[in-house]
Amino acid sequence: MTTLDPPVRKRSGMPTKTNGPSPVDLREGDRNPGIPLDLEWVRRIGVNRSAVERRAAALGARRSVKKEWQAAWLLKSITLMDLTTLAGDDTPARVRRLCAKARQPLRRDLLEALGMSPGQIRVGAVCVYHQMVDTAVRALDGSGIPVAAVSTGFPHGLSPLSTRLAEIRASVDAGAEEIDIVITRGNALNGDWNALYDEIAAFREACGAAHLKTILATGELGTLRNVARASLVCMMAGADFVKTSTGKEGVNATLPVGLTMTRAVRAYAERTGYAVGFKPAGGIRMAKEALLWLILMKEELGTAWMQPELFRFGVSSMLGDVERQLEHHVTGRYSATHRHPMA
Amino acid sequence: MSKISEIFETLEYGPAPESAALADEWLDAHERAFGHFIGGVFTESNEAQAFQTANPATGEPIASIRQGTADDVDGAVSAARAAHEGWWALGPHGRARHMYALARGMQKHGRLFAVLETMDNGKPIRESRDLDIPLVARHFYHHAGWAQLMEEELPGYGPVGVVGQIIPWNFPMLMLAWKIAPALAMGNTVVLKPAEFTSLTALLFAELCVEAGLPAGVVNVVTGDGATGAALVAHPGVDKITFTGSTDVGRIIREATAGSGKRLSLELGGKSPFIVFDDADLDSVVEGVVDAIWFNQGQVCCAGSRILVQEGVSAELERKLRARMETLRMGDPLDKAVDMGAIVAPVQLERIQELVEEGRSEGAEVWQPSWSAPKEGWFYPPTLCTNVEPSGTLAQVEIFGPVVVMMSFRTPSEAVALANDTRYGLAASIWSENVNLTLDVAPKVKAGTVWINCTNLFDAASGFGGYRESGYGREGGKEGLWEYVRADWEVDAPQEPVSPPPVQGEARTAVEGVPPIDRTPKLYIGGKQARPDGNYSLPQVGVDGVVLGEVGRGNRKDVRNAVEAARKVQAGWGARTAHNRAQILYYLAENLSIRQAEFASRVADLRGDQAAAGLEVEASIARLFAYGAWADKWEGRVHHTPFRNVTLAMPEPIGVVAAVCPEAAPLLGFVSCLAPLIAMGNTVVLVPAEHAGIVATDFYQVLETSDVPGGVVNIITGLHDELVPTLADHDDVDGCWFFGDSAGAADVERRSIGNMKRTWVTHGLTRDWHDRVQGEGAEFLREATQIKNIWVPYGE
Repeated sequence: MTTLDPPVRKRSGMPTKTNGPSPVDLREGDRNPGIPLDLEWVRRIGVNRSAVERRAAALGARRSVKKEWQAAWLLKSITLMDLTTLAGDDTPARVRRLCAKARQPLRRDLLEALGMSPGQIRVGAVCVYHQMVDTAVRALDGSGIPVAAVSTGFPHGLSPLSTRLAEIRASVDAGAEEIDIVITRGNALNGDWNALYDEIAAFREACGAAHLKTILATGELGTLRNVARASLVCMMAGADFVKTSTGKEGVNATLPVGLTMTRAVRAYAERTGYAVGFKPAGGIRMAKEALLWLILMKEELGTAWMQPELFRFGVSSMLGDVERQLEHHVTGRYSATHRHPMA
Repeated sequence: MSKISEIFETLEYGPAPESAALADEWLDAHERAFGHFIGGVFTESNEAQAFQTANPATGEPIASIRQGTADDVDGAVSAARAAHEGWWALGPHGRARHMYALARGMQKHGRLFAVLETMDNGKPIRESRDLDIPLVARHFYHHAGWAQLMEEELPGYGPVGVVGQIIPWNFPMLMLAWKIAPALAMGNTVVLKPAEFTSLTALLFAELCVEAGLPAGVVNVVTGDGATGAALVAHPGVDKITFTGSTDVGRIIREATAGSGKRLSLELGGKSPFIVFDDADLDSVVEGVVDAIWFNQGQVCCAGSRILVQEGVSAELERKLRARMETLRMGDPLDKAVDMGAIVAPVQLERIQELVEEGRSEGAEVWQPSWSAPKEGWFYPPTLCTNVEPSGTLAQVEIFGPVVVMMSFRTPSEAVALANDTRYGLAASIWSENVNLTLDVAPKVKAGTVWINCTNLFDAASGFGGYRESGYGREGGKEGLWEYVRADWEVDAPQEPVSPPPVQGEARTAVEGVPPIDRTPKLYIGGKQARPDGNYSLPQVGVDGVVLGEVGRGNRKDVRNAVEAARKVQAGWGARTAHNRAQILYYLAENLSIRQAEFASRVADLRGDQAAAGLEVEASIARLFAYGAWADKWEGRVHHTPFRNVTLAMPEPIGVVAAVCPEAAPLLGFVSCLAPLIAMGNTVVLVPAEHAGIVATDFYQVLETSDVPGGVVNIITGLHDELVPTLADHDDVDGCWFFGDSAGAADVERRSIGNMKRTWVTHGLTRDWHDRVQGEGAEFLREATQIKNIWVPYGE
């Protein structure tokens, strides 16, 4: 008897090219331009926390990825990582080391043993503060790996708007292809959706060709309903990605939050035909968690959303655990941290 | 391309099988052939009297199970009887220790139980591992606690004795726990008959009983099919039968046990509504539907099989459901990433197929996902049926498979009307983000369990059971314990003498040549005195042999009219505040006390003893006071279920209740039936004592002067043989109390099967109506109510 794998859902209006591994086309072609703020939709959206938590808890219990499938999924997870360093003591040398790891995230012998070619596995992006963008761009030159810059008064987002806009432009000028901004939490907490929409629309404009990832800082939004509403407003204002956390809040990416945001992404795609990406960030450290998040994506949005164009992990240390698990798959022995080059 | 690089592109899940090795080892150790478990030992397997149990996922036989005979049942009942005294004598703590050991054992061997359950039943390992078996352990832990606390929490009660328990195949271990745990906790011993399709885990549990040191005979397991069950039901040594299964079989059991004095609790079928309002979180609703109808392949008595959705969001919900159905995974139930396994047996699969075809021929639009179910084994895909009207087969019949119908409504009241448009009343699920709406609808839905924004949540602390034809009795929670206890006073209570035949009294003589003014009363229906339909009357003869007067002789049509009047006002009366009902009861007491002397003289005429008559009237006034007091104090509980929610166990009225009053105390018996029923919000049709109904007719004026709304109390005097069968048969009577002789009690029980109305008879036991335990209070209030558990998860 065989277990059936159901076919990928076909959605009307969805860009079918998101199914394939062709990031450039998508960036150029199907970028979410945003839509006018639809306040009725925003206010109507309901999220039942208890039901969402039950579903989130069931995800890991209902699905299991083992053996070769697990290895393949973990390899995939590497390509979805925004390898991140956002520390006060970041220096150019530290960032260069990270970039080197980004280019070659997995030992070559492991890649070969897993039957993958070296060019197939590189991380989704390297994510740094503005001051490090230039260093990162140089270090990644020719690799095709984009540099993402956190911006707009990260992590609190409370500097003057003009400063925040200037910050975006400076990072774009320095070569960042992705800008991770933070929203003004107060706008979401006070239900001032107009203000949030205008702010994000202005950020989007400042980004130009660079992709806009909007960090909701969900740990500070109080309720899942707020998370859903803020996600929707950001997408309406033209976000390319909605992202959970800065990594600096007390509570970072949780599965219920992820479920709420992916459902908002799905609702937006269904209504507008635009595919917006999702990025959980903060506190994700283990390979097991990577699998869980990928299960969430597959269940709620399908395999189209398991590609770097539409899904990223914001991580600083998860790669190490993934490397260990992959070595275990190859050798059958549990691995150790020092057997893998550090980031 | 390597396999890994291929999966890297497709991102498929791949197989994730749970090993069956240990379960196979256990089966092999038993040479895949089992006997019964009687008196602490396994009987020999016997190929001549055996049948095969199969794995639904492959259709392959797993083991040979013995078909229990009447002799086997007799042996098991004897063993249970022999063990009973010792088990009860262990005391609360002793029993608690044993039950705690069973709970620990369940946890220790949890995976073996789960794998075996999945192999035998076909349900996904995820469910047996994460839901069924943990709930079994939880049930034993929880009830170990009730065993410990029995003396404090149920003073004045002891065990029923030997309990026969018959369980279904859909949750073999969970139903075993639901049955055995409360029975043992309350000091009973049991004979369990598992379903013939799924006996294996019950036999493994029997081994656990040995391992845990449970005294021999406390738990006995006799395997077999319906014939074995019938032998257990018929066995005279059984004091109580509990059954979970179909309403049809429940009906047979009710009929078979009628008049036997065996207690009965039944958890039967359902066609539970799943109500979706337009402000619900629809994505969560979709997962709710998955849990409601595709959980255990829909083979769940409380499955939410009727989606009632508000019209405005109907199309959107349907679209979302279809998309979700495409991603459900069906296959090897031992695969850890499978949502749906196999249907338990070919006969069940055929029934599902036939019903769906019938629905299709009636015009239903039947939708199934694009993937196909495995061909090997007994699988049926998730199915969504639209274009179904309430009159359709698919909307009415319990399918017991992964088939859901979807219908729409416009307003909350229409949702309630559609939800209640069924003979069943097991469960309901209500989805809305508006707490005002959900808590308004929850009490209006006829169901023993109401889940708000959730579905199919179970816990040992919360009682589960039905309204209407979904059965009676509760399993779980304190409300479930009452099914397994007997009041101490009943043990030695003598049988009431059989009612004497009517006497022809002498006519009352004229006083000084002028005849007394004739006061022939009528019946009391809908708040009015109504002439009996047949226009006959019956003499009421006093203790001195003189006719005291005549009462109307009600008939079938009077019963019909009375029930209609009671039905019409029941919802309104039940919805009144308890304070308001209390005020009316006090007012009744006040008006009765004004006429105390008159009533005392009437009772004395009937019974002879002047002093006793005075006391009876006093006691009746006090009784009305008691229920005035109870009206707003018979409260529910908030159960501690292990979720973030409040589980409200609310006592609700049964509905329209017929009560046949005792002969023993003409006024007090009548008041003792009337007062608790109306205090709890029921409307009543009272049949007063046949030879003393005249007292009840005197009471009309008390009712009329006490603000009792018309229809709440209806009184039909007459011959019990003429009235009681009609009431017990009546499909719109929800409950029937009968305080007559054993023959009458048997008849009431037998006739109750039409609509499975709840009956309360004491099989002719003498009840001292003046005693406050036997004649008043908690027992009456429990019998006047049914518990609805409303689960309200919270958190924003």
